[in-house]
Amino acid sequence: MQIDLSVRNITKKFKDFIAVKSVSFDVKDGQFFSILGPSGCGKTTLLRMIAGLTEPTEGVIEIRGKSMVGIPPNKRPVNLIFQQLALFPMMNVGENIAFGLFRRGEKKTIIKKKVETILERVELSGFENKKIDQLSGGQKQRVAIARCLVLEPAVLLLDEPLGALDLKLREQMKVELKKLQAKVGTTFVYITHDQSEALVMSDFVAVMNNGEFEQIDTPQNLYNNPKTPFVAQFVGDNNTWTGRIRQCDKYIAEIETDEGHLFRTKVEDAFQTGLSVDLFLRPEAMLIQPAPNIANLNRFKVIIKSILFDGANSQLLATRPDSKKELLVALPQNRQYDYIQVNDNIEIGWNEQSGICFPRKQLP
Amino acid sequence: MKHQKRWALFFFLTPVILWLFLLIVLPHIDLLIMSFRIENDAGEMVWSLSNYAQFFEEPIYWRTFVRTAVYSILVTFLTFVIALPVALYITKVVAPRFQGFLTLLLLLPFWVSELVRVYGWMILLRESGVINHFLIKLGILNRPVEMLYNDATMILGLIYTSMLFMIVPLIAVLESLDNSLIEAAYDLGANMWTILFKIIIPHATPGIVSGSIVVFMLTLGNYLTPNLMGGKNSLWFTEQIYNQFIASFNWNQGSAFGFLLLVLSSIVVWLGLKLTRQTLRTVVK
Amino acid sequence: MIRSLPKSKTYSIGFKLYIVLYFVFLFAPLFITCVLAFNDSQFPSLPWKGFTVEWFTANQSERVGIFNDQINLDSIWVSAQVAFFVTLFSVVAGTCGAFLFEQEDFRLKQLLYFLMLSPLVIPGVILGISILLFSNTLGTYFEISWNLDVALFRPGFWLVVLGQFSFIATLVTLVVSARLKKFDYTLEEAALNLGANRFGVIWHITLKFLRPAIVGAGAVAFLMSFENFNTTLFLVGYEATLPINLYLQVRDGSTPVINAISFLLIIGTSTAACLHLYFSKKED
Repeated sequence: MQIDLSVRNITKKFKDFIAVKSVSFDVKDGQFFSILGPSGCGKTTLLRMIAGLTEPTEGVIEIRGKSMVGIPPNKRPVNLIFQQLALFPMMNVGENIAFGLFRRGEKKTIIKKKVETILERVELSGFENKKIDQLSGGQKQRVAIARCLVLEPAVLLLDEPLGALDLKLREQMKVELKKLQAKVGTTFVYITHDQSEALVMSDFVAVMNNGEFEQIDTPQNLYNNPKTPFVAQFVGDNNTWTGRIRQCDKYIAEIETDEGHLFRTKVEDAFQTGLSVDLFLRPEAMLIQPAPNIANLNRFKVIIKSILFDGANSQLLATRPDSKKELLVALPQNRQYDYIQVNDNIEIGWNEQSGICFPRKQLP
Repeated sequence: MKHQKRWALFFFLTPVILWLFLLIVLPHIDLLIMSFRIENDAGEMVWSLSNYAQFFEEPIYWRTFVRTAVYSILVTFLTFVIALPVALYITKVVAPRFQGFLTLLLLLPFWVSELVRVYGWMILLRESGVINHFLIKLGILNRPVEMLYNDATMILGLIYTSMLFMIVPLIAVLESLDNSLIEAAYDLGANMWTILFKIIIPHATPGIVSGSIVVFMLTLGNYLTPNLMGGKNSLWFTEQIYNQFIASFNWNQGSAFGFLLLVLSSIVVWLGLKLTRQTLRTVVK
Repeated sequence: MIRSLPKSKTYSIGFKLYIVLYFVFLFAPLFITCVLAFNDSQFPSLPWKGFTVEWFTANQSERVGIFNDQINLDSIWVSAQVAFFVTLFSVVAGTCGAFLFEQEDFRLKQLLYFLMLSPLVIPGVILGISILLFSNTLGTYFEISWNLDVALFRPGFWLVVLGQFSFIATLVTLVVSARLKKFDYTLEEAALNLGANRFGVIWHITLKFLRPAIVGAGAVAFLMSFENFNTTLFLVGYEATLPINLYLQVRDGSTPVINAISFLLIIGTSTAACLHLYFSKKED
């Protein structure tokens, strides 16, 4: 498959601050590629460098094999959807979409046809003469996308375009955007700080932190096999412990947490005894009242402190009898656990394959 | 409460009514009446259109009038062309920490009396002026040239005088232009000129209109600059009014001229507002 | 193009050059005026003949510095007095106007509002002549009807004050209105609720809130009045204001005394402008 976007060792320094540190990645034709990171991690700067709105300090960006060094944004085969969409309020929908086509000097009749087609694609047929301020949030979104897609860019860049929408619409647009991308087949590079957006929509996700990529992987792998503590923490909910390795044989280690509990968990490497580690565990990895015959479980008793009912995301807040540390346990809403009450004493178990363990970084 | 309410209205209304009626409405009605009165041979005041007839019959009058109008439009346009890049630079290009300082610097000269500013140009431009002095020193000229007292310097002076009233609304309106619109246009393939004409100028229209109206009006009604910097042949219509009032002491003729100038300025302001579909109220803001 | 975007060298340098030229254009006349105030020459022109402050301090037959120039000093004093009264009247009328147009409701409010704005689009010269005409008409009427000779109706100090007031009051109204728009009316309601009457509320609450705008508008009104020429030209009597007086001198040939006065004006107004800006920034 063709590589649409190739970024090699790109770096951006602002005065005494490094926004992006030697980032490299490839995006293949037709992929939905997300860059996920907290605000201020450098993801917007990275996107602006690809669009040509910011000049990189070092490194090369290639689009369809062509180096973009020195090529201004108005000459690049990429287009950017801005965070606030940046639809031109002085033009109507049709004029907004035709803007780029006119700049290319295409014929009026062709432009008209193309605008019609693309509006149909985004399900806004007949909206040509509407003013921008007459549109709803979701419609504006689609106009912004249409305005870029009509130019048939090699890569479409999206800068948190769902950020301004309210929750309900955001959920809806997530699905719509993914469908739209599948339909048009354009390569998308999408940046967001919202892990759910990235996981739902993307083929690949790069997790970015402090100007560097921590991991590039499929959403499933990011969630199940995070390669760094940052990824483990940033993607999904966690229970975390700190502790030391008691003993380690091949890929199963026994860890004694700071609270004095013993857990067995898989590890990536053979860790030395006594090594400080962080242990992460997803709330849904904890089984409530596991059957006695299931092997390889870390089993312990907890007291229910609180039931956090939130539909499909309901959780139990629990502590072990001899500790104050609060644990989050997923509470499946399949009526099986309706009997659980606050202050109940129940058994919890988690499979040693579910734990995610990293050596603790020595703080400088 | 109701009673108090009425008293408050009365209290605020009285000074405003006195001000507007005694100093604006009645004087202008008087101006209109005076312009239709002449002294007949018997020395009595009678109604007549002859003050206006005089204006159209005497080429020097209506030519000056047309000249003043055309030059005022030219000055307004040139002021806009010169001011726009400066406003753009201050709002969009210069580093934000210099913004306040540059704006202050920009406004400073306009706090100084117009007379002082015109005087400054006079000692720069006149035959014995500073620019001539340097040009001769540098060997570019052999003998001094009179740069003052022609149409070009008069226009320069008028532009200089009215610059502030263009630049302030432009800065205000460009401040509200979202940078991402410019970036989006650039990203969609636009070049600098397209961005200027398709994004920046359409966005800035309210500011351009309010700036232009004020500049036009001030230029049209300016007396000082054309009088001191313009030549004997660059008469300004306000000078005609002054001549009628102070020199010829023909107040009726002067009133007619004054009224014509008022009508011209009102028409242009009204047209400007209509063409851009704005109201005086929004322009004032 | 804009600061966030990469741009070519030629473009940035060209743009910067333009801005520098613009500022030169802006300051050249003021700068040269100030410099020549200190030239030891009979004329406000180059060549430079050495530094002197005589155009401020001298009191000789061929050189009278501004501090000893009675005519110019008198005109400054006249201007200051005119500006004082114009400021006083404009602030009172303008504040009333602001309350009237922001808080009151009455028939024909729109018409009155439009009238209030009209001085903005009436050229100053026209304002001058129409007020001159009207005062003359009134004066004639009073004289014929009651045989009264009212000094107010002849060109002179008070007519200048009224002429300038007629348009400066509009400006004050607009500035004070802008501030009044930001006023939180629940404060007024709270005060009313606590037993204050309407004038009490205005005096204790609203006017306190408006004070920065009133002071700022007053400062601008003073400056505008002090420097007004167009309207004053037609209304002035024997007591010339400073701009009129300077105009007559400039028209009939000039001496560096004018530079000295200009220098003082430039320094004075710049300081006032900076203070005004500083305080209005602080209020925000």
